[in-house]
Amino acid sequence: MTDTAEKANTIVLRGRGIVPGKATAEALTTRQTISGWGGINEREGTVIELRHELRGQSFAGKVLVFPGAKGSSGWSAYWHMLRLNGTAPAAMIFTRMSTKIALGAVVSRVPTITELDRDPFEVIETGDLVEVDADAGTVTVTKPG
Amino acid sequence: MRLTDAERAMLDGERGDACSRAMDLLVRYGEALGAECLIETRNVAGAFNASTPSVRHMAEDGFDRVFSELNLDSDDVVEIPHMAVPTCQLITGIDTENYALQGVDPALAEMQVAGERFFGRRGINMMCTCTPYQVGNVPVRGEHLAWMESSAVIYANSVLGARTNVEGKESAGAAGLTGRIPYWGLHLDENRFADRLIEVEIDVDDMADWGLLGYFVGHAVEDAKPAISGLGHTPTLWKLKHFGAAAASSGGVELFHMPGITPEAETLDHAFGGSARPQPIRYGAKERIATWESLQSAQDRKVDFIMLGCPHNSIEQMAEVAQRLDGKRIHPDVALWVHTPRAIAEVARRSGYTEIIEAAGGVVMSDTCPAISRRLPEGVRVIATDSAKQAHYLPAISSRQGWFGSLAQCVDAAVTGTWTGGPT
Repeated sequence: MTDTAEKANTIVLRGRGIVPGKATAEALTTRQTISGWGGINEREGTVIELRHELRGQSFAGKVLVFPGAKGSSGWSAYWHMLRLNGTAPAAMIFTRMSTKIALGAVVSRVPTITELDRDPFEVIETGDLVEVDADAGTVTVTKPG
Repeated sequence: MRLTDAERAMLDGERGDACSRAMDLLVRYGEALGAECLIETRNVAGAFNASTPSVRHMAEDGFDRVFSELNLDSDDVVEIPHMAVPTCQLITGIDTENYALQGVDPALAEMQVAGERFFGRRGINMMCTCTPYQVGNVPVRGEHLAWMESSAVIYANSVLGARTNVEGKESAGAAGLTGRIPYWGLHLDENRFADRLIEVEIDVDDMADWGLLGYFVGHAVEDAKPAISGLGHTPTLWKLKHFGAAAASSGGVELFHMPGITPEAETLDHAFGGSARPQPIRYGAKERIATWESLQSAQDRKVDFIMLGCPHNSIEQMAEVAQRLDGKRIHPDVALWVHTPRAIAEVARRSGYTEIIEAAGGVVMSDTCPAISRRLPEGVRVIATDSAKQAHYLPAISSRQGWFGSLAQCVDAAVTGTWTGGPT
C-alpha cells in the first residue's frame, strides 16, 4: 500500500482523554446508550437489554463507540466487574458526559476519549480499525479495504 | 482539578491508606468529568453489601478486600477505617429474615449478616432500602449529597431540593471516607433549571397514573430536566416516589420540577430560570394508553407472582395493601411479596397490617427486591406488579412475562390467579 492510499483510508479525530492508555482494535458502534446493571452480561461482555440494537453482541476487546451510559447507578460496578472478568472493551469513545460513564470508564481502566472534534458516529463504523490514544487525545480510524 | 490543603493531605496519605486511595479515585473521577474541584458532603448513600454470588470469593478474603476493590477501586487491600461522614447502606440482595423464601443459601445469608456487622461498625447505617428518605435520612434543601440509587437521587433532587448526581459504588465509598465528591452537574446552581416542558392534559391522581406519567416523561426527555405543567392534584410522598422511579427507569431523569409543588419551582418561570420555555411535550389520553401498553410484557393471563413495593412501600401503602387483602385469601398457585424498609415493616407489624397480609397468604419482605436480588419464588412464569420501575426491569432481568397495573388489579390477580387488568 502506498502512503497516499493509506492516508485516504485513515481519519484522525482529536478529543479529551479521560482515562489514560492506548489500544487498537476493531470498532463496535451504536447510537444507543447502554445500561450497566440490567443491560449487560458482565461475565461475557455482551449487551442483553431486550430492545437494544446490540443485543447479544459482545463488546469485549473491541473499541466501543457509543453515546454514553443510561439506567441504574450500578453502571460503574458493572464496568468494574468487566475489568475483573477480563471482558471489558479494549477502549471506549463516547459523546454524552455523565457521572455514570465517567466513573465507569475510570474503574474499568480502559483508555477512553470524549469531546471529539468530529461526530464519531459519522466517521466510525463497526468493523473499522480504531486506535485510541487517550494520552495524546487522538483517535485514528482506518477504513477496511 | 484544584484540591484544598486538607484534600491534598488526604491524597498524600496523612489520614491513612484507605483515605488516600479514596482521594485518588475522586481525583481520577473528578478529572474525567472535567470538575474544577470537590465539594464537601456529610450525607452518603451507597452499596457496600457483599452478598452477591460474584462477590463471594472476595468476601471470603475479608470485607476489607471487598471495600478496597469494589468501593475504592484500589489495587491493594487496605484496612477500612470508620467513615468520616454519615453514610447509609441502600438496598441489598438478601432479606436477612426471609432469605429461605428467597432461596438463598444459608452460608451466603450468614456472610451478608457478617458484612452488615463489619460495615455497621465502620459507621455505615444499615437502612437497607432504596428509600433512605423514608426511614430518617431526609436531606434538607441545598444539602450536598453523594447518593446512589436512581429513584432516591431523583427524589432527593426534585422533591427535597437537595443536590446529588447519580453516584456509583466506588464514588460513594470514597465519599464516605473523605466527605468529598466532585463539584459537577447537579451540585451547581446553573445546572438545575428545567430544559423540557411536559404539558399534562388529563387527570393524574391515582398511584398507577403517577407511575404512567413518570414512565412517559422518562421516555420523552431521556436524561433531560423536565418541568411538569398542568397537574390538577398535589401528589403525596409515595406518588412522587413512584413517578420519579418510573422517570429514572425509562429515561435517566435525575431532576424534575413541578411548579407549586417542588421546592425549586414556585412557578413555571422559576423552573426555567427565566429562560424561554421550549415547545411543550403533551401527555394526553392517547399517550397514557400507549405508555400503559409499553409496560406490559406478558401474554399469559394466569399469573403466579405479585410483586408490590418498588420503590419500597411507605407505611400508608402498607396500610392500603392490608386493607385490600383483609379477609381475602391468595390463590394457592400465587405468591405475593410486599417490600418495605425494615423500619416501616416494624410499624406495619405493630399496626396489625403484617398479620392481615400474612393471613391472606402474602409475605412482607425487607432489605431487597426481586430485581436487585434476581431471586423470585420457585417456578414463576408470569409476574404482576403495581410498579412501573419493576415492570420495566424485572421481566427483562428474570426472563419472565410481566403485567403492570393498579394495586387493586394486582390484589385481584393475587386472589383469582388471573390477570384481568387493563387501562381503566
